[in-house]
Amino acid sequence: MRFTDEFRDASMVKTVLEEIRRTVTRPWVLMEICGGQTHAIMRYGLDQLLPPEVELVHGPGCPVCVTPLELIDKALAIAARPDVIFTSFGDMLRVPGSQADLFSIRARGGQVRVVYSPLDAVRIAQENPDHQVVFFAIGFETTAPANAASVIQAKALGLKNYSILASHVCVPPAMHAILGSPANRIQGFLAAGHVCSVMGTWEYPPIAAQYQVPIVVTGFEPLDLLNGILMTLRQLEAGKAGVENAYPRVVTERGNVAAQKMILQVFEPCDRQWRGIGLIPMSGLGLRAEMEEFDAEKRFSVSGIQTRESELCIAGQVLQGLKKPHHCPAFGRQCTPETPLGAPMVSSEGACSAYFRYHREEA
Amino acid sequence: MCLAVPGKIVSIYTSGAMRMCKIDFGGVVREACIETLPEAKVGDYTIIHAGFALNILSEEEAEATLEALRQIGAFEEEDQDLIGE
Ligand code: SF4
Repeated sequence: MRFTDEFRDASMVKTVLEEIRRTVTRPWVLMEICGGQTHAIMRYGLDQLLPPEVELVHGPGCPVCVTPLELIDKALAIAARPDVIFTSFGDMLRVPGSQADLFSIRARGGQVRVVYSPLDAVRIAQENPDHQVVFFAIGFETTAPANAASVIQAKALGLKNYSILASHVCVPPAMHAILGSPANRIQGFLAAGHVCSVMGTWEYPPIAAQYQVPIVVTGFEPLDLLNGILMTLRQLEAGKAGVENAYPRVVTERGNVAAQKMILQVFEPCDRQWRGIGLIPMSGLGLRAEMEEFDAEKRFSVSGIQTRESELCIAGQVLQGLKKPHHCPAFGRQCTPETPLGAPMVSSEGACSAYFRYHREEA
Repeated sequence: MCLAVPGKIVSIYTSGAMRMCKIDFGGVVREACIETLPEAKVGDYTIIHAGFALNILSEEEAEATLEALRQIGAFEEEDQDLIGE
């Protein structure tokens, strides 16, 4: 068992597609929450293989895309300081702030370094005691344990020159926001498999019951995605609205309890702005009061930020599933991966970048 | 960012306050933190995200999922046999 090839088997993909065709009797709108799944769906062309009754709408699960503009502007201001080494996941470098991006700060001499893991940022802090090292801690529940571990590690090492700019977001409050909106079209959810590998599935039954929507935890390989879609459609056609797990080799009901504890050791729930969407109550994770010394926002007081979004970008509507990327007048014209106007065009999990890369200009 | 890939644990050690391991992704070996997976052992497959192991993969569950999907195929063939008769 290699846990990948087995779930890409072409003849089984065909079989499951056949079964989906047999199952569907009328139109249904499903949302895959996770931007990684959006990209996988496009890469394998699954959206084009599904029967026309099944519409996939792409969700807000792109941490880079929903990081608030104000925080990106703060990151840019901190990264420009000569005493700072600013560390970040690579995806953040080209995300447009109001005036610039991290990439251009680096071109102007700012010390901006890409790290693969937040623990690498801690190592950089150890190696550079005469610099302040700041890590841009963005992400969903999947990334929260790694970012929490970096703070725990820095504390254990007694580092005084490490801090994080935290912008954590959580999936369940976003589902509430989408389902509670009068404009909602979503009838079933593919829940994000890797968020659930950390958090388990226990948060979802109340949401499924409250809004009467099926929620199926789904993985990332073609067979995983189609199996998740099939299980959701079976529930919809049978008038059911329960929580099911189509990714049990990775996800359990309780999730990784030790990782959940680690998250809560460092972070606590807080209100959070989502870029393009607005404030979602208790949808974020912020540093706990006793971890305040690691809070970059407290360490570097940045003031006078005036945010300015592109007037053309409709990322907020794209992220809520109200519009598709190619409905944006700037898509592929003023806005491309080389000249992005909004974050969904740069992120490897952004819907606009997926549509551009896999040529869904007029799907 | 959540598109994590499975890899195989090849060694386990401690660094700073964290339990770490080396993971083999089909020939490419990288370091990852397994602090929240005390049961992890050499030979286990795990999913790595941002240098952090999320969970141990269950071979049994993987087989069960594949078997359930194979059943769909088997039914389909039966269906077709019936139509053919
Ligand atoms: S195509 Fe560009 S401008 Fe349009 S919504 Fe996407 S990121 Fe924004």
